[in-house]
Amino acid sequence: MIIGAGQAGAQAVASLRSGGFTGTLTMVGDEPYLPYQRPPLSKAYLQGTLERERLFLKPEAFYADAACEMLLNVSATAIDRTARTVALSDGRSLSYDKLLLATGTRVRPIPVPGADLPGIHYLRSIADVDLLRAAFQPGRRIAIVGGGYIGLEVAAVAAKHGLDVSVFEALDRVMARAVSPVMSDFYRGVHTAAGVKLHLRTGVERFEGAGRLEAVRAGGESYPADLALVGIGVIPNAELAAAAGLAVENGIVVDRHAATSDPSIFAAGDCTSHPGREGRNIRLECVQNAIDQAKFAALAMLGKPAVYSEVPWFWSDQYDLKLQMAGLARPGDTIVQRGDPAARKFAVFHLREGKVAAVEAVNAAPEYLVGRKLIGEGTRIDPARLADTTIAMKNIV
Amino acid sequence: MPKIKYVEHNGKEHEVDVPEGWSVMEGAVKNLVPGIDADCGGACACATCHVYVDPQWTDKIPGKSDMEETMLDFAQDLEPNSRLSCQIKVTAELDGLVVRTPKSQH
Repeated sequence: MIIGAGQAGAQAVASLRSGGFTGTLTMVGDEPYLPYQRPPLSKAYLQGTLERERLFLKPEAFYADAACEMLLNVSATAIDRTARTVALSDGRSLSYDKLLLATGTRVRPIPVPGADLPGIHYLRSIADVDLLRAAFQPGRRIAIVGGGYIGLEVAAVAAKHGLDVSVFEALDRVMARAVSPVMSDFYRGVHTAAGVKLHLRTGVERFEGAGRLEAVRAGGESYPADLALVGIGVIPNAELAAAAGLAVENGIVVDRHAATSDPSIFAAGDCTSHPGREGRNIRLECVQNAIDQAKFAALAMLGKPAVYSEVPWFWSDQYDLKLQMAGLARPGDTIVQRGDPAARKFAVFHLREGKVAAVEAVNAAPEYLVGRKLIGEGTRIDPARLADTTIAMKNIV
Repeated sequence: MPKIKYVEHNGKEHEVDVPEGWSVMEGAVKNLVPGIDADCGGACACATCHVYVDPQWTDKIPGKSDMEETMLDFAQDLEPNSRLSCQIKVTAELDGLVVRTPKSQH
């Protein structure tokens, strides 16, 4: 049984069946849709260039062929680990031999006055974007709270669509949690050039309006707004696991095989806290982890556990720029820049103990792909060569 | 609707209708054609949708972007007719297109 109809859940169905599982398979999802891709929601789907039908990861026939019963629009409300049953919101109770928790995350609500005024949006699901899109009219003023991936991807689409865009970020740079200062600075420039008003070091204090959103109060000033989009991070859906007595700490705690502390229960995707490649526990929010961890969870569920230690990778599309990243940076890493940001094609490498630990590449696929490989292999690298654009990435080692 | 023929590495053929505007990758994934992973969903970010375009079609397909070109450079078993199928948009002119999938996407 799989709880959660997202990227990890869909991958688990594929991997369990291709791995030879012949028992009954059930998936429970609280949205009305079959598993779909979330990354395009803040990009092409919001923009209107990708129809809903194209978001789905697999066609309906895939689940039918896999004999996976899809229980949609239903949520799991409790796990009874002794009886090995899961209670559902429709009153049913289903039994399991093995259970996979692929519950994902939900948006972090903003804890300020006025946060429930109509006109304030979040972005996580198809339903969220359908609502946002209806309000996405040229000329309207949109206030985006949070200068992370979601906020900036929406800002890019909004600016292109003719909205008047303001972004409020409490920290002193954009995407601070995900990229290096050089990269933040580059993207600040790109958005500013596109007409986006970026307010850094400006936390939102409250939303104002009589009956619906009229203004955002931030940094002691009032900014008129017709709509707002809040993108200040997500919270792992781990309550179900915690209530069942499983270890939860910034996500459902699993080992390198995607197993929880209960030998019959596994977890994969954004909802898990798992041992990273360097030992410490991490929680990733990305397609790569959802896919790969689900593959390893399936192996473990089939009694063939293997160690999950893939290099995480991420991407973000803003305007005509493709930002591709791999690995996880840490404060104290040595930064090596390759190429010139002014050319809109460059990369930033993070070196730790002489090896590449992370790479961020803008419109620079070779840097990204070779970087990702070097991270995986733990190859020592000469920083001077890495910075030298006259040496092709293929020959960098 | 344009028909696209996908030929697996083992020779198994799948002929499917793919709506105009979709990518050749989507045509495969939505019709359960094996051999194309497309982990990133078509964002040209993962290079796991590598295909070989039938030689008689290579000239009829719009060229590669720089990004596709460089992503492909690192794909396994690269051939002159290699493409990332997420970057080929299906049009009426591509009715009858034949692509082959590689041994592995990794």
